[in-house]
Amino acid sequence: MNLTLRVWRQAQSDVAGALVEYQAIDVNPDMSFLEMLDVVNERLISAGDVPIAFDHDCREGICGSCGMMINGVAHGPMKGTATCQLHMRSFRDGDIVVIEPWRARAFPVIKDLVVNRSALDRIIQAGGFISTPTGGAPDGNTMPIARQASDSAMDAAACIGCGACVAACPNASASLFTGAKISHLGLLPQGQPERYRRALKMVAQMDLESFGGCSLFGECQEACPKEISIDVIARMNRDFLVAAVAASEERSGGDEG
Amino acid sequence: MWLVTLYRSTIGKKSIMAVTGLVLVAFVIVHMAGNLQVFLGPAKMNGYSAFLKSTGELLWLVRLGLLTALVLHVLMAWQLTRVAAAARPHDYARRDARASTVASRTMRWGGVLLLAFIVFHLLHFTTGTLFPTASRPDAVYPAFSEHDVYGNVVSAFHNPWVVAVYVVAMLFLLLHLFHGAWSSVRTLGLSKPSPQPLHRRIATVVAIVVWLGFTAVPVAVLLGVVR
Ligand code: HEM
Ligand code: FES
Repeated sequence: MNLTLRVWRQAQSDVAGALVEYQAIDVNPDMSFLEMLDVVNERLISAGDVPIAFDHDCREGICGSCGMMINGVAHGPMKGTATCQLHMRSFRDGDIVVIEPWRARAFPVIKDLVVNRSALDRIIQAGGFISTPTGGAPDGNTMPIARQASDSAMDAAACIGCGACVAACPNASASLFTGAKISHLGLLPQGQPERYRRALKMVAQMDLESFGGCSLFGECQEACPKEISIDVIARMNRDFLVAAVAASEERSGGDEG
Repeated sequence: MWLVTLYRSTIGKKSIMAVTGLVLVAFVIVHMAGNLQVFLGPAKMNGYSAFLKSTGELLWLVRLGLLTALVLHVLMAWQLTRVAAAARPHDYARRDARASTVASRTMRWGGVLLLAFIVFHLLHFTTGTLFPTASRPDAVYPAFSEHDVYGNVVSAFHNPWVVAVYVVAMLFLLLHLFHGAWSSVRTLGLSKPSPQPLHRRIATVVAIVVWLGFTAVPVAVLLGVVR
């Protein structure tokens, strides 16, 4: 199959970019979307042109680096998959495919489709950890955890930090990401000591990074390659409000800084 | 102070919007129930209005509370809209809506229309300033009178244009409530986890009941059911 691509090209952060048209010829429907871009790039390189820069690493949907906006949809038309897991059979011969980087003030473009997602790392640094001495792996079941809680915590922990939630949100909000990180720790006993302090700090950092607020459009949940539910946002808000309104210090326990 | 913590964060601002929004939802439901007394005749309706006005200071206290709620609601909406606009300075060439509803996407400018409607509505039925039939030469319909709410309603809604304004405004209220009555509960973290978090039963019922209740009165007058 043959496709027309309209790809965002931008040499570096501080210069203007534009959508540039390319032909993707003889695309095999069994290729992944990234493999299709590889083929286009091979041709660009042999013609002496600069290949399209895009982020990728695992190519199996677990590292979260391959995000791009494909025809107006984060990670493309397949639900619950990252761009690297999207196959070209999701497109039809002759399709025009618009490919843009994630767009948010907090995600500056580095080059072409590659954006800087460090803002998400800084949100985790602000509180996405527990301060329990770890040591060797404990025996399974030494700490009783309700099935419901461990399942919900695992669902939230599936977040790969790709930033699709921010990209798809009309407000460019990082609420689904931050909510997932707050929930996967806050649902487990190990996460209790810092639970309320964590909510305050991570939310404060999220706001500092100039993401937008949540309007509950629901676009993030639809775009998430791990299908994380907006329930984590309600949980984040509850923890944050409890922490802000009921004296946060007593509830946060411990005096770690 | 915790209010400062709230005011400084987007979640806090949104929560203020949710609480004030729920106050306004409660008001809107009571107001709608009050309006439906038109169907019980002039004595009942005017009696209710006289009762409200007889409460004196209490009425002003409630009015002040509602005004505060509305001002805070609009102020937070304004601030969060600006934060959201700044969060994406360079927009996409193409971004498809997949999960959002018409209701959620019209919260902002639909809210502005509601605000305009609230101003019009107060000048119309509370002060009588914009009462269209006041200047009518045919004295079939009475002019605006503070003591005859029933008469005011019947006069006003003989004008199809006025009916149109109210019907359209209530469609926007329907949309605003369809999103807001659901989202406010989630914003405050009061919702239970759900396998279908975007589904909203109570908010749908509230939005439709409020819409039917408010729309019934002008339409009934226009059709001559209430005269
Ligand atoms: C009859 C009057 C009104 C009622 C009952 C009402 C109710 C609500 C409720 C319950 C919410 C949900 C808050 C949340 O999602 O957490 C909301 C949201 C909203 N309201 Fe109102 N509202 C009214 C008037 C207005 C007006 C006059 C404006 C004018 C600007 C407005 C603007 C908004 C906006 C923009 C949102 C969405 C928030 C967002 O996108 O983040 N509302 N409203
Ligand atoms: S390349 Fe790792 S998630 Fe796609």
